[in-house]
Amino acid sequence: MHPSFSEVAAIRLGFGFSPLADPPSDPDTLLASIAESGPGLRAMSTAAAIDYGMRLREATRRFREGGEAERPGYEALRSELNRLGLVDLHCRVVRAADARAGFGERLVQFWSNHFTTRAVALNRRALALAFQDEAIRPHIGGRFEDLFFAADTHPMMLVYLDQAVSRGPNSRSVKDRPERRFGLNENLAREALELHSLGVEADYTQSDVREFAKLLTGLTINQKQGFAYYSSWAEPGPLTVLGTRYGQSRGGAGRAPERQLDDIRAVFHDIARRPETARHLSRKLAVHFASDVPPADLVESMTAVWQETEGDLSAVYAVLVNHPDLAATFGQKIRQPFDLNVAAIRALGLTGSEIEALDLDVFKRAVATPMAAMGQPWGQPKGPDGWAEAADAWIAPQTLAARIDWALQLPRRLLGELPDPREMMLAAFAGVPPEPIAWAVPKAETATEGIAIVLASNAFNRR
Amino acid sequence: MLTLDRRLFLKSVAVVGCSAAAHPLMSPMTFAQVPGDGRLVVIILRGAMDGLDAIQPYGDPNLRGVRRTLSVGPDGGALDLDGFYALHPRLAPLLPLWQRGELGFAHAVSTPYRGKRSHFDGQDILEAGTGGDLPPDRRVSGWLNRLLQVIPGATAETAYSVGTEPMQILSGKAAHLSWAPQMSFSLSPQAQILLGHIYEDDALFRDAAQDAIRISGEAEVMTAGQGPGAAAQALGAFTAIRLNGESRIATFSIPGWDSHARQAAVIGRALDQLSAAILALREGLGTNWGTTTVLVMTEFGRTIRENGTGGTDHGTGGVMLMAGGAIRGGHSYGEWPGLAEGQLYAGRDLMPTRDIRAYAAWAMRGMFGIEASALESTIFPGLDLGSDPGFLA
Repeated sequence: MHPSFSEVAAIRLGFGFSPLADPPSDPDTLLASIAESGPGLRAMSTAAAIDYGMRLREATRRFREGGEAERPGYEALRSELNRLGLVDLHCRVVRAADARAGFGERLVQFWSNHFTTRAVALNRRALALAFQDEAIRPHIGGRFEDLFFAADTHPMMLVYLDQAVSRGPNSRSVKDRPERRFGLNENLAREALELHSLGVEADYTQSDVREFAKLLTGLTINQKQGFAYYSSWAEPGPLTVLGTRYGQSRGGAGRAPERQLDDIRAVFHDIARRPETARHLSRKLAVHFASDVPPADLVESMTAVWQETEGDLSAVYAVLVNHPDLAATFGQKIRQPFDLNVAAIRALGLTGSEIEALDLDVFKRAVATPMAAMGQPWGQPKGPDGWAEAADAWIAPQTLAARIDWALQLPRRLLGELPDPREMMLAAFAGVPPEPIAWAVPKAETATEGIAIVLASNAFNRR
Repeated sequence: MLTLDRRLFLKSVAVVGCSAAAHPLMSPMTFAQVPGDGRLVVIILRGAMDGLDAIQPYGDPNLRGVRRTLSVGPDGGALDLDGFYALHPRLAPLLPLWQRGELGFAHAVSTPYRGKRSHFDGQDILEAGTGGDLPPDRRVSGWLNRLLQVIPGATAETAYSVGTEPMQILSGKAAHLSWAPQMSFSLSPQAQILLGHIYEDDALFRDAAQDAIRISGEAEVMTAGQGPGAAAQALGAFTAIRLNGESRIATFSIPGWDSHARQAAVIGRALDQLSAAILALREGLGTNWGTTTVLVMTEFGRTIRENGTGGTDHGTGGVMLMAGGAIRGGHSYGEWPGLAEGQLYAGRDLMPTRDIRAYAAWAMRGMFGIEASALESTIFPGLDLGSDPGFLA
């Protein structure tokens, strides 16, 4: 088959067809839409997250001291924090369902997952949302070095990868209080190299990880402002990472506060511009958008432009969007549960505002709980490498059964009256359903099953 | 539930017409060679079971000093096992197993995890089977998966993750299957045939759907139980069905052990679940119980002292239970460290006297003939296997 640009744009780069709007018909319109995926009106900030944390501490203290009379306030706040992840998913689905192109929201998901964080503790739930609004959304169309620095120095990442407790072995804070056994934690430095930039195949050593970890010391969080840099925790320089010396004057007193992060910013920028980073991330984008086994030419072309432009992400996306390999590998990827739900909502002709109007518990039963059964419990990836890409990680007996079950339930949970399955099928495939689906849907015994056959079909679950 | 009996199947073929006849979702089952007769079940207790309460060392003179209302031994209704240890009264349904040599335990065990006593980190390390020094992304594959990779003749059907809770212990490169006994979808026979037609040329979807239908059909013979242990009973019963077929390794988890307050009630409910799971395995496995080893593990033990709210907090050393006809039960294993001031870990926890991974390693060695080198380098990197505790019959 030879999919048109509109099909590629809708299925491979967006969230599928909707009877309510046409997909972008040319690459420039599609790329321009990335600008629509900045922080929204209800964006979370670190300051608001810190405020949540302080309110939780205060409510906990009042409950401890005041007893039962204080319980309702305490439990209401805990419940609000517990539901933040669900509220966020609700907002994300609403935005994605309404997005004309959807490429920007797909990129938000790609980069949020590339820089995976996970908030387990209740007082970090809001911070995880701030991470997305402050570190990811503002930078998805900019330069990778800015995204890299913003993500790996954000308070949420500092907490998640243990940077917040890391102190230089020769820093003043460690030297002054040896009995406290403070020390270095390499977790962020390792993941920043291995997952976030160079890739595990790249030629770097344990010594680079350790020196980088020392260079990151000083970065931490505090309960009042969120992000903090304590020069007393910083390992004195100079430190050598990948052959470059940084931080000759680090860790000593006397550097102006606005210059304290210069070395850290410099090392992120240098790593971001290395050829290994260009290749690793071009390949990762190609794996996500094109194929688990990405065509060499696509990866090479993106890598070349990444290097020429020193990581101008919009220029790299332009190569992806215009590349014939995107059409040639059509259907090789599996829609992840988030994408699948948005695609179904669009195919059913629902708008974002109709989804927004749903009661949160209804949304949870219809979307969030089935997503977990399909293997994507929102906000709870297993490790810092995020959700899997491989097709067979998503389509296994149990998870396919969960998709089929969802396909039977979702329309009834979202709609008062089901559409004619034949019309819904035409909307889902923009008028040209695959032959076996066109054959099967009219033979279904009920409208519920007719629609379920469309939503559970391999063609609808692939992109 | 999704079943497809032959009568319905033929009727549906007639309804859709002959072109569907070649595309049923059902395929004939093929029986591959199975790797031996030994069966291994690993039950993970999420939330940290209080080992001192489940298996109460009432013979230790210091126990009463640290436990006023909990773990009071036979005086509180616990069932004496050997004059030193007593079984929590809510595990009474398992006493006959102890008497028949089908239940044993090792006290004062732990993973290498020390430090922050976080449930998530503790479970990660227990299921990854690695030391505590590795960053989280090095721990994403589990030790049962690495076991699968070295068992000759293992197929996807060899190992099952049972239930909706993801089991990191089985995650990794080696193919395996997962299913939740409560999983059901009410797709009509007609819709099954239609989807079968649609999936026909897509091997990924076709094979997954065929397996889903087969597994859910086989699960249907279970009767849905009720009562206090129903959820875990269903897990055990479904697991037994798989192990009576081609599967040899299965794992599931039982939550609800985090007894910071009102421990008597919390652990009571959880122990009901554990008893029900083990009894359902025994009943379902029938004669195959004789070649089965069940290992029951939790992320860490709890503080030796009762806290101010009738519970216990996160600790270190805990207890591991073993069950099955393949074990030499009716015995306690391991070395009891004592509960006196100087005998504790960090002044508050039961001192671990052996790495819990060593017991699992010896079980795998005995049941599947795994080489010591593979156990110490691949399955449990950095483990010192030590001497054979001899708990397999």
